[in-house]
Amino acid sequence: MIAIDERGYYGEFGGAFIPEMLHSNIDNLRSKYLDIIAEPAFQKEFQALLKDYVGRPSPLYLAERLSEKYNTPIYLKREDLNHTGAHKINNTIGQILLAKRLGKTRIIAETGAGQHGVATATVCALMGIECIVYMGEVDIERQAPNVSRMRMLGAEVRPAKSGSKTLKDATNEAIRDWINHPVDTHYIIGSVVGPHPYPDMVARFQSVISEEMKWQLEEKTGKTNPDIIIACVGGGSNAAGAYYHYLNEKDVRLVAVEAAGLGVNTGESAATSVLGTKGIIHGSRTLLMQTDDGQIIEPYSISAGLDYPGIGPMHAHLIDTARAEAVSVTDQEALDAAFMLSRIEGIIPALETAHAFSALDKIEYQSGDVIVVNLSGRGDKDLNTYIKYLDKIG
Amino acid sequence: MNRLDQLFQKKEKEVLNIYFTAGYPTLDATETIILELDKAGVDLIEVGMPYSDPLADGPTIQGSGQQALVNGMTVPILFEQLKRVREQTEVPLILMGYFNQVMQYGIGKFIQDCVDVGIDGVILPDLPLFEYESYYKKLFEKAGLYFSFLITPQTSEERIRKVDELTKGFIYMVSNSAITGAKNTISEKQIEYFNRIQAMELNNPRLIGFGISSHETYATACQYANGAIIGSAFIRTVGKAENLSESIADFVHSIRGTVSV
Ligand SMILES: Cc1ncc(COP(=O)(O)O)c(C=O)c1O
Repeated sequence: MIAIDERGYYGEFGGAFIPEMLHSNIDNLRSKYLDIIAEPAFQKEFQALLKDYVGRPSPLYLAERLSEKYNTPIYLKREDLNHTGAHKINNTIGQILLAKRLGKTRIIAETGAGQHGVATATVCALMGIECIVYMGEVDIERQAPNVSRMRMLGAEVRPAKSGSKTLKDATNEAIRDWINHPVDTHYIIGSVVGPHPYPDMVARFQSVISEEMKWQLEEKTGKTNPDIIIACVGGGSNAAGAYYHYLNEKDVRLVAVEAAGLGVNTGESAATSVLGTKGIIHGSRTLLMQTDDGQIIEPYSISAGLDYPGIGPMHAHLIDTARAEAVSVTDQEALDAAFMLSRIEGIIPALETAHAFSALDKIEYQSGDVIVVNLSGRGDKDLNTYIKYLDKIG
Repeated sequence: MNRLDQLFQKKEKEVLNIYFTAGYPTLDATETIILELDKAGVDLIEVGMPYSDPLADGPTIQGSGQQALVNGMTVPILFEQLKRVREQTEVPLILMGYFNQVMQYGIGKFIQDCVDVGIDGVILPDLPLFEYESYYKKLFEKAGLYFSFLITPQTSEERIRKVDELTKGFIYMVSNSAITGAKNTISEKQIEYFNRIQAMELNNPRLIGFGISSHETYATACQYANGAIIGSAFIRTVGKAENLSESIADFVHSIRGTVSV
């Protein structure tokens, strides 16, 4: 069984390495989250919002021209069609309902690509709760459309100016904010990272993805299980959601696609499963990129959502035990895949998601294998980057 | 006998603990800073191992850590420096850092090197009670190396009792719900919290830290605990010091409210 144990570990990964200042908040969350999620009233509200507000179930689409190109049936799980344009909202709906039940009146979040920030700002607007989003200065620049969306939704976007000024640093700032506001604030983490219970809680909220995949695949193929599931991994929330109900089904191959940046060995990369070693980041014992002296290395990827020096503990465990295969994809390969998908299927993916598509060129499979690619988000936020690339290649 | 025990046996009040980041403002400032602090009459010194991602620290300590890393500070270099310092002073020394640094160094090796160098205690704010008790307590105790835990206004009474049971040396009372360097006055609510903890009659001495930055805040903290810990205010002082030795002496005297000689 691949599940979290009572101390919050997947195998040897996970736990809650947090300063005492966060203990009462995390402990409160840990002791209540499972009961709250199981309440019928919670489930009723959660399911209703997923259906009528987010627009679930998200379609499972047989991409025919893509299937032809790769000579095997490829289905796309259309999380890009969710309200706000990515899978991130599945988690923020769950967490805002939880925060309300915990009596919290102020929400903070970190964001890389801005998708989680937008999804958090959205649910805060929906519930009339104050929202502050921390975002690295570099990401504020490269994901400008999402910054505008957050502001329009009434959220305050605070720049993180330390370190590489990206997702890691935004997460540090959000944690510091939480330390400074221990009573009224809930921190909506955007991926399956952070101290226990976050990785498990976020995975549960995202698990709707694979829950739907099971019946959708059965309807379309007569079988609940595909042969291969491919998802990109920043912290790993869309992948966790796409794998969740297949974790213990060994006949389903799980492929985790990481950002290689300029190349795994260039020093400008975010390929944690290759470059990472065991350590602690953001309160979790997992794989992360670090020096021999235990200093966290600043990652690099063209994609703000994958530009993170760690992976969630579930993924560290899946990769460490060879349950999942890790594939790394460079900036260049991701850009090419984004154009490929746009022109072959009429779908412009997010840069993060484009990495997952590039993996189709890299994994081994037999013709006839049913592949599901989790299409985690749409590319509107990345148009600037795409257009620049288009101008360059002509 | 551990130097922390010696200290708290002879001194129950107005214990002054100063934190500094090793490698800041320059790589080799460690020796000067410790010796000058000792000379100025500081009771114990907390040596910060600079870390790339110090979650519990505010901008001042973060900034000093970044600079220290740029200056080339590492845990092995720090141990080398502390070895030389220890030959010149008996002031109690505590190492403070984040658990990942110790994990990468190797926990057994870290404890052994602390003992060899003459470090008296360790503070790792992100190593939780549970993990410490389950996996590391025995190693620390066997080596006679002390370990301090933090408590905050949110820490429950039951948990404070547990902290008191597991702590050796002193309990680090976080003055407020805050990261380091945040506030500089002490409110009614904080006094209430200080009183509440004092009334618990804990076994360990208590030092109050976070937001202590002046003679006034130091004196208030000392009324409610065995002493106080100062970090960010000291780092700001060494950061802009033209003459390190003089600035350090002046700083300590200004905190104690004594006249510099
Ligand atoms: C569209 C999209 N996909 C993937 C990610 C990566 O996050 P995760 O690995 O948690 O799914 C992001 C993060 O911002 C995103 O916006």
